[in-house]
Amino acid sequence: MSNIPSNLRYTKTHEWVRKENDGSFTIGITDHAQSLLGDIVFVDAPKVGNDYAAGKECCVIESVKAASDIYMPMAGKVKAVNDKITTAPNLVNADPYNEGWLFKFDATSAADFEQLLDAAAYTAVEQADTH
Amino acid sequence: MSNRTPLYESHLKAGAKVVDFHGWDMPVNYGSQIEEHHCVRKDAGVFDVSHMTIVEVEGKDARAFLHHLVPNNVDKLKNTGKALYTAMLSEDGGIIDDLIIYYLRDDFYRLVVNSATREKDLAWLQKQARSFHVTVTERLGFAMLAVQGPHAIEKVKQVVSPEKMAVIDQLKPFNGLPVDHWFIARTGYTGEDGLEITVPANQAPAFFEALLKVGVHPCGLGARDTLRLEAGMNLYGQDMDETVTPLESNIGWTIAWEPLDRQFIGRKISETQQTEGVKRILVGILLTERGIPRTHDKVMVNGQDVGEITSGTFSPTLEKGIAFARIQASVLGKHCVVESRGKLLQGEFVKLPFVRNGKPVFQPY
Repeated sequence: MSNIPSNLRYTKTHEWVRKENDGSFTIGITDHAQSLLGDIVFVDAPKVGNDYAAGKECCVIESVKAASDIYMPMAGKVKAVNDKITTAPNLVNADPYNEGWLFKFDATSAADFEQLLDAAAYTAVEQADTH
Repeated sequence: MSNRTPLYESHLKAGAKVVDFHGWDMPVNYGSQIEEHHCVRKDAGVFDVSHMTIVEVEGKDARAFLHHLVPNNVDKLKNTGKALYTAMLSEDGGIIDDLIIYYLRDDFYRLVVNSATREKDLAWLQKQARSFHVTVTERLGFAMLAVQGPHAIEKVKQVVSPEKMAVIDQLKPFNGLPVDHWFIARTGYTGEDGLEITVPANQAPAFFEALLKVGVHPCGLGARDTLRLEAGMNLYGQDMDETVTPLESNIGWTIAWEPLDRQFIGRKISETQQTEGVKRILVGILLTERGIPRTHDKVMVNGQDVGEITSGTFSPTLEKGIAFARIQASVLGKHCVVESRGKLLQGEFVKLPFVRNGKPVFQPY
């Protein structure tokens, strides 16, 4: 069983989102997603300042096995990207919820966060995915 | 219901992630396939290849049968245990499968063919055998372990009987010998030294676990694929199938043209292609920018479509995207472009293999 922290929100497409103290949000991929992808070798992170609508492709993660699009969980503007994963993309495998975060963004509407899946709902998504 | 090898439980115990592979539950990795890849290049790794099909050909016509069956020539096999890599062709020269043939006696050969093609291979072998005094028998009840890497042989020797150690010591590359119901061969699919060992099914788990104890790393199908690609070795069903010939698949060297009167199946079309040249060839591509070519990606030269990727991956040794591509023979030059997910990636054509014995060895065209 994969790790699904209860303090995060999730999407059906296996992204997680964390609300930060400064009001911004951090996004990454779930433990389940990194496990499905296998060894990640490249991350094409978005540029700081880019605006994305909810559900828009904003990032590409490429593993030995496959390339996978990351979808913006809620509308917003990219605030910072995790430079460490450009040189050490395996951080996304090793520590998907902490060191392996993808980028931070400012949400167009912070209330959208409440519309995302909670840990229990995402657990159900993941179970449907594996069975 | 999926097939499981005698090592299924051992894989789970070792932390394998298991996937379906042509009807077999097989480990794809035990954590990180890149780590497993490096273990084989630098130390020793073990793969479960028990899904492979073992066939014995026995009878007074065994040699004549193989002369007819395959384009490579078993007459090259002078010493007991010597192995031969070859394709098996249809009448129109297409590749039915690739296989290894071990010479054990003039009336006794051992064949190892692929698992995904098992049924059609057995049917073809039986059909061709009808005109010869031979029996073709599949051997069941065995497991096959490939132990590969620069330290593979010394580590295997740490866990086998003195009798088996003695056999291993006398094995030259590309030779295999039976010993005490085992068959130990110095062959592989990684570009490294190592052994492929067939053992009775009930002995397999203990042997596998003994290997892990002496520091042999368990490796899955993921690492097997990146290793064989770096080593320039084709995967049947992906880089070649019945729609292409050996000369179109970078294995023209497996056709033994002499003696001229040996009528192996597919000889006629092979000869025509050899004389007239082939229109398409299988070559290596090394990307010169970041990206990974994937199967069926388009290959372009000077803006023209010239073929497609048959297998592509990330090379852990070179840290670059590498691939095999089947392209028009006439356009072979230095540069190419691979179109992957709408992006154009710059690459170079290279002669295979990419890596041998842990070192980059590729040469530009």
